[in-house]
Amino acid sequence: MPRVTFTANLRRHVDCPPADVPGSTVGEALAAVFAHSPGLRGYIVDDQGALRRHVVVFVGGEAIRDRVRLTDAVASDAEIAVFQALSGG
Amino acid sequence: MDTVLIGTRKGLFTLRGGEVARVSFLGAAVTAVLARDGVLYAAVGHGHFGAKLHRSRDRGETWEEVAAPKWPEKPAGVDDRSPMTGAAWPWSLDQIWTLEADPRAPDALWCGTIPGGLFHSADGGGSWRLLRSLWDLPERRQWFGGGYDFPGIHSVCVDPRDDARVLVGVSTGGVWVTEDGGESWTLRGQGLRAEYMPPERQFDPLAQDTHRIVRCAAAPDALWAQHHNGIFRSTDGGGSWSEIKAKPSSFGFAVAVHPRDPETAWFVPAIKDEFRVPVDAQLVVTRTRDSGKTFESLREGLPQKHAYDLIYRHGLDVDETGEMLAMGSTTGSLWVSERQGESWSVISHHLPPIYCVRIS
Repeated sequence: MPRVTFTANLRRHVDCPPADVPGSTVGEALAAVFAHSPGLRGYIVDDQGALRRHVVVFVGGEAIRDRVRLTDAVASDAEIAVFQALSGG
Repeated sequence: MDTVLIGTRKGLFTLRGGEVARVSFLGAAVTAVLARDGVLYAAVGHGHFGAKLHRSRDRGETWEEVAAPKWPEKPAGVDDRSPMTGAAWPWSLDQIWTLEADPRAPDALWCGTIPGGLFHSADGGGSWRLLRSLWDLPERRQWFGGGYDFPGIHSVCVDPRDDARVLVGVSTGGVWVTEDGGESWTLRGQGLRAEYMPPERQFDPLAQDTHRIVRCAAAPDALWAQHHNGIFRSTDGGGSWSEIKAKPSSFGFAVAVHPRDPETAWFVPAIKDEFRVPVDAQLVVTRTRDSGKTFESLREGLPQKHAYDLIYRHGLDVDETGEMLAMGSTTGSLWVSERQGESWSVISHHLPPIYCVRIS
């Protein structure tokens, strides 16, 4: 299963340990995390489900392309890392 | 002395006995605060991770995150754009700009946001409902400006006689009133004047940039507005307004009204538009006690040399007796007055930039 990890800066505000979750896209993997931790959702995505403007998600070290619908594919052994974008905030 | 909540760019500071007694949310922006029946609310803006709402039932010792206002899913195919800028309106919370309690229902809260959403909670912030009746109005798309990426709702004035009557101020988008608890809204504000608009639109109620509106608790039809263009007063619940001139300037952001005397109000003047600093670099609070016929400049205890403090729209508050005021500035200075502003005591000159103060 893909593994999702979160920046330490986010862990200051909300509990978000690394999670091994099912999913073949970034969106599916994050949805699985949010199902387990509903309070985490609003920190990562906006009210419409798009990635927050100042959050970035890397899959295997590459920033994802689809920040709106989160359709980037992930392999079963993918490392999905949620970071803050160095773009203000 | 009462407790004063101070929301800043870098956290929430709680003042007791004239001293900072507690620091909460250090490092995060606190954009709105509210105290109601011993329950505290703090709107926390995490630059990267969005705006959140926290609640404390033990005077700020511990906080729990409660629901933040949230937009419903944007319907497919809706082209929701500003006709002025072409920018698409986000259906997503950016900033909690103001929190108000319903004076008649203890757990009922109102929240005004950027972008310009009005939200209601019936359960003390446990859940929120967007007032679609206001958001879905075609006029909302024409709101503009306000100093942020999108216009917002900065003032929510609930009528203490009838909580179905609510007035909201939009920067920039006029003064809106409901008399049926938010089922329907009417654009009011006759007499408000926008010098920054072309001549034919200067009295257009939709183009009015109120910076802050406050309602007198004991005389709820009396309202004061600090408008981009100056000071205005209404005695009919916001339907009509008269313009008032004050020295040294009628420009500013904040206003406070005496809770028992609708003729007494306080303002913090600044040089207009491109400057936004105190006139002659001397910080004063102006006070009227006669409905704006005359103003006094109150300066005792305030810096009178090279002072560049600006008081934001939620940076001035008066307590429920009308005796005590608190004021916080963009340069991190905080003052309180126990005597209706006659004289001021400095609490600190070294806080982070202050967004909002509230006496509880």
